[in-house]
Amino acid sequence: MSAGLHELFVFVLAIFVGFEVISKVPVVLHTPLMSGSNAIHGIVVVGGILVLGHAHGPLETVLGALAVAFGAMNLAGGFLVTDRMLEMFKPRRPGAPRDK
Amino acid sequence: MNLEPVLPYAYLAATVLFVLGLRSLSAPATARSGNLLAAAGMALAVGATIATPGLQHMDLIVLALVIGCVAGALGARTVQMTAMPEMVAMLNGLGGGAAALVSAVEFLRGGPDVPVHGIAGVIALAQSFGSPRTAGHPAGVGTTLGLLIGSISFSGSIVAFGKLHGWVHERALATRMLRVVNGVLIAAVLVAALVVARWGGTAWFATLAAGALLFGVTMVLPIGGADMPVVISLLNSCTGLAAAETGFVLGNDALIIAGTLVGASGTLLTQLMCRAMNRSLASVVMGGFGAHAPAPAHGAGGKPVVAEHPVREIGAEDAAILMSNAREVIIIPGYGMAVAQAQHAVRELADLLTQKGVEVKYAIHPVAGRMPGHMNVLLAEANVPYDQLYDLDAINDEFPRADVALVIGANDVVNPAARTDAASPIYGMPILNADKAQHVIVIKRSLNPGFAGIDNPIYYEPRTMMLFGDAKSAVANVIIAMKDGGG
Repeated sequence: MSAGLHELFVFVLAIFVGFEVISKVPVVLHTPLMSGSNAIHGIVVVGGILVLGHAHGPLETVLGALAVAFGAMNLAGGFLVTDRMLEMFKPRRPGAPRDK
Repeated sequence: MNLEPVLPYAYLAATVLFVLGLRSLSAPATARSGNLLAAAGMALAVGATIATPGLQHMDLIVLALVIGCVAGALGARTVQMTAMPEMVAMLNGLGGGAAALVSAVEFLRGGPDVPVHGIAGVIALAQSFGSPRTAGHPAGVGTTLGLLIGSISFSGSIVAFGKLHGWVHERALATRMLRVVNGVLIAAVLVAALVVARWGGTAWFATLAAGALLFGVTMVLPIGGADMPVVISLLNSCTGLAAAETGFVLGNDALIIAGTLVGASGTLLTQLMCRAMNRSLASVVMGGFGAHAPAPAHGAGGKPVVAEHPVREIGAEDAAILMSNAREVIIIPGYGMAVAQAQHAVRELADLLTQKGVEVKYAIHPVAGRMPGHMNVLLAEANVPYDQLYDLDAINDEFPRADVALVIGANDVVNPAARTDAASPIYGMPILNADKAQHVIVIKRSLNPGFAGIDNPIYYEPRTMMLFGDAKSAVANVIIAMKDGGG
């Protein structure tokens, strides 16, 4: 299988996984899910590291370093903010008055 | 130590963690551990990438990583829960910007687009270092799309941030001019993309970047505040796709998979939002929620000039008495609650009512607020247990049995015109049937229509009473009245 074709297979299969994995989300979790997936696209930092690692000349180096910094902010901020939100989601405390 | 043979397995483990994490994120009980799983996967992927042989500028890589992580962590720690939509928009823009930058560096290097493959490809790239670069090198599909989508996502998210932050006006605007501009821009960007992908050329590349950045601005600028949940979700999935494109360029499967997962799940979430508003994505993006509705008539003091509609006002004391004697009260929060940061006061009111034996439920419209699930986050911050929150489908049949529907800073999501008035711009949007309750108390600053600019007949219903004031102080006044024995 040629290289480009391999990536295409991975891409198409990942689309299906992405759809399947979150087929049913309660509204309660829309924000954390979005902000969690927001953090996952911080994976772009990997691309940033690879291009910076092979950068050549000042322009490429500066742009590459910016890409790494942006990506790192995206992922660190994303995961922490999602955790902060999810920490607050609690079911009804046991012992609290239920429906009367 | 040579880590090279292990690296693909590290990426594999990371992608498995992403999938498991995303799945756990979609159920309340496992969501938090899901986020941690995904974070662990990310640490693994970043670690494996740093360990890739042949990388130069390692000091700079580490420095940029540290600066980025510290800045991101500081932002995440300090941001207020009410500013969460802005925060998500900003982080999303950064991700999109990173994807665009990666594509730009890749183009500048004139590296091959697809032939690099996996770790071996990265090493081949490293070895091909000194090879002469040609300015006219075709960028290829991956680099072009990465730049295009990443740039749109970057500038679009920044504009969304500005709107949510109040720097840019939130009202929907759809002028014919803007449509023409957008049409021309799309055409120009597509031509530039084609040229860049097929033939390359630095000038064309710069044109594409500038055009895509500009299009991100003109695309998001006219979209009204009420449509923000859809836009945020859409931009999120765009950044995912842009990241996936850079994965094509670099031949990195982990990048492709993680980016695509976000792209696909984000698309699904965007569709959910659109369905909740009964509108197509195209109609949201083309802008002008309410832009075709006649301009609402305003009086000087914000009161409407519509004299034929009498409005009943209610004071805090009477509202306290009415609710204290109710059997069931359904609270409908909206963006006004977020703006006034009234969630803690609302919860205090609900606790007081519960103590008096009143059953309190919260009805959450899927597109209430400025991002998906906005209200849920705010109420969770105020320690409202999530099983007191009800989706539209779960609660709508209950309104006729409720004694009081308390609308706090919500407008369009309770607008009965969506059911009855075929001429209304929101006709067909599923709404919360607040108007079916025995009494409706609406807390609102004035009779100004919401950001959608659509008047709301619920205010003029005989069973509706208006409690004017900002959400926080109005609720606080009701609490004081209730504690003073009002009821």
